[in-house]
Amino acid sequence: MAAVLETNAPSPTGSAELPRNDAYYRLRADIEEFLYAEAELLDERRFRDWLNLLTDDISYFMPIRRNVKFGQHGERENTRTGIGISWFDEDKWTLTKRVDQILTGVHFAEEPLSRVCHMVSNVQIKKVLPSLGDPREIETRCCFMIYQNRVEYETYMFVGKRTDVLRMTDDGWKIARREIILDQNVLLAKNLSVFF
Amino acid sequence: MPPNSRFDDPDKLVDTDRGFVSREIFVDPDLYKEELEKVFTRAWLFIGHESLIPKPGDFYTTRMGEESVILCRDKQGIVHAFLNSCRHRGMKVCRYESGNTSLFTCPYHSWTYTTDGKLQGVPHFRTLYEGLDREANSLVSVAKLAIYKGTIWATWDKDAPDFITYLGDAKIHLDQALDCRDGRSGGSEVVGVHKWIFPANWKFAAENFLGDTYHNPSHRSVDLIGIGPSAAAGKKGRRDDELEKAQHVWISFPEGHGVHSAIQPEENEYIESFLDNPVLEQYFRHCFEERKRRLGEQARLLPFVGTIFPNTSYHGRQPRGLCAWHPHSPTSTEGWRFFLVDADAPQEAKDYLRRYYMRYSGPAGMTEQDDMENWLYATAASMGTVARRYPFNYQQSLGAWTKDHALGGTVSLQITEEIARGYYARWKSYLRGAAWDELLGVGGNLPQRAAE
Ligand code: FES
Ligand SMILES: [Fe+2]
Repeated sequence: MAAVLETNAPSPTGSAELPRNDAYYRLRADIEEFLYAEAELLDERRFRDWLNLLTDDISYFMPIRRNVKFGQHGERENTRTGIGISWFDEDKWTLTKRVDQILTGVHFAEEPLSRVCHMVSNVQIKKVLPSLGDPREIETRCCFMIYQNRVEYETYMFVGKRTDVLRMTDDGWKIARREIILDQNVLLAKNLSVFF
Repeated sequence: MPPNSRFDDPDKLVDTDRGFVSREIFVDPDLYKEELEKVFTRAWLFIGHESLIPKPGDFYTTRMGEESVILCRDKQGIVHAFLNSCRHRGMKVCRYESGNTSLFTCPYHSWTYTTDGKLQGVPHFRTLYEGLDREANSLVSVAKLAIYKGTIWATWDKDAPDFITYLGDAKIHLDQALDCRDGRSGGSEVVGVHKWIFPANWKFAAENFLGDTYHNPSHRSVDLIGIGPSAAAGKKGRRDDELEKAQHVWISFPEGHGVHSAIQPEENEYIESFLDNPVLEQYFRHCFEERKRRLGEQARLLPFVGTIFPNTSYHGRQPRGLCAWHPHSPTSTEGWRFFLVDADAPQEAKDYLRRYYMRYSGPAGMTEQDDMENWLYATAASMGTVARRYPFNYQQSLGAWTKDHALGGTVSLQITEEIARGYYARWKSYLRGAAWDELLGVGGNLPQRAAE
C-alpha cells in the first residue's frame, strides 16, 4: 500500500489527505456537532436561524447530473456553478427569499409545512486552513439522506453527497460554500422545496 | 373510440358549449392510452434545439410521448430523429443524454447504426443473416422533422401538414419567444434543461401555459416577497413591469393552440424593469428600442405564454423557454424545460437571466413549485369514483370572445377559459381520429361551433 507510506499522496478528490491524528478527530467531532445542529435547525423549521449559519458570500450549488460516456464524468457529468442552468446556483439573497417565501404561510408547496428529517453521515475533513491546530477555514465532505413527507401520502428521499466550506467567525462556524451532489438524473420529485 | 374503451363518445367527456370537461380525461388509463395512440403519434411535438447538436455527429436524447428518441446531426450535417430502440430486440441503443459519435452501438448484440439511423454493422452478418435487408432495419425514423428558428419538431404521421401550416396563426406568438430580444429573427440558444417527474396528468401543465391567468392567486407568496429583476430595489411581484400598460389578449387557435400575449399601447415606451442592475437596464432598453425600430407597429405585440398543441409550452419573456410535457402515466408527467437566451447576448445579461430562470422556474423555482403542488393534488383528488362523476367547470368567460380581430383565432380581451375550451375541443377531434382538415380547423370553425 504505497499510498499510505507517501504522506502527500493525492486522495481521490485530488487534495492531500490530512493525517488521522488527535487534532483531526477532535476537529471532525466539532464539525459533526456543527452539521448535526444545522440539520436540527432545518428539521425544526427554524429557517431564519439556519440563514444565520450562512456567510453573506455563501455559494449554494446543486448541479444537474447527466448520463455521460465512460471517461467523460469529470468533464461533463455535472453542470457547473456560474454557467448555465443547475438545480440551485444561489447566493444569500435568493436563499433568504426562499425562507421569506415559506414564512409567508401561502407558499403552497410548503403549506402545510413538510415533515423533513436531515441525516448526515460519512463526515470527513478534506482541507484545513491554515492548519489542523488552528482551523479557520475547512472543507468537509459528508453524505446526506433527507426524508420529506408532505401532507398525507407524499414522500421523497433525497440522497447524495455534500462538500461544504466552513469558515470560523466571531459567532463560530459558518457555511461559506455548499455543493450538493444529488444522486439523481431526472429529478424524481415534483419539487425541491427543502433545504439541503 | 375502440370497442373495449369505457368511453364510447368523446362528446360525453368534453362539452365546450356548456363548459364542462370530464375528470376522466385527467386520470383514466384507457383514455391515456388513446392519447398516446391518437394525439402523440400525429401531432407535431417539440423535440429539441439546434444549439444542442451544433456539430456533425452530435446527438441529444429526447422524447416523443412516452418514448425515447435520438435527435442526431449526421456526418453531412442533416438532422434526424429516430426511435431509441434497436430493431433486433429493442434495446435502447443510446443511454447517454448527449454527446458526439460516429455510430450507435447496441449494447445487447452489437448491431450498429450510423448517425443517420441506418443499420450498418451486424455481427456474423455473412453466416447468420444472409439476405438481411439493412435498409428495412434502420432505426425507426420520425415521419417528418422541421427546424424552425433553431427549435426542432417532429411527427410520426406522414400525412401531417408541414409544421408552419400546423402552427397556423399561433406562429407570430411563438416567434416572439424564439426571436432575439432586439427583434432579429431567431438566434436563441439553450442554456440548460430541467428534467423532472411530477405526479399530475400532463394536460394540467399544458393547460396552465395556455393562458390560465386566473391561477395568479396561487403565486401570492412570490408576489408578496418579490423575486423579479427589481426586487432587491424593493419591488414586489415576481417578474418585470414590461406589460404594465399593455392590453392583454387570450387567443384560441383552431389547431388547438392557445396563447396569452399582450399589445403595448400606441406610444409603446420602454418601461424601466431592471432597477437592480444598471447594465441590464441599459441592455434591455437598447433591445426594446432596437426592436421597435426594426419591427415598427409589429413591435407592439409581446408574447407572454402559450401552448402549441398538444404538449409544448413556451414562456416568451421571462423566464424564457420551451417546455415539453411528456406523458409518463395517466397521473405522472416528465417535465422538460429548455431555457433560452439570445446566443449573442452579453455575458452579464445571460448570467442574470439564468439566475432568474432558476429562482423562478421548475421544481426548484419559487414560482412554479406552487403550480406543481396544485397539479398534483388536483389530479389526486380527481381519481375518486364519486369525484369522477363530476366534471370540471370550464365556464369562465363563456361567450366573451370575438373572431373579428387582426390577430386571428378566437380572441378574448378578458381572462378566459375559452382557450382551454378550444384546446379540449381539438383534443376531442384527435381522439375521434379526425382527418387533418378538422384537426387544423379548416373552414375556420372550432368543432364545438360547427356542432351548433
Ligand atoms: S437488441 Fe440490439 S443488437 Fe440485439
Ligand atoms: Fe403558475
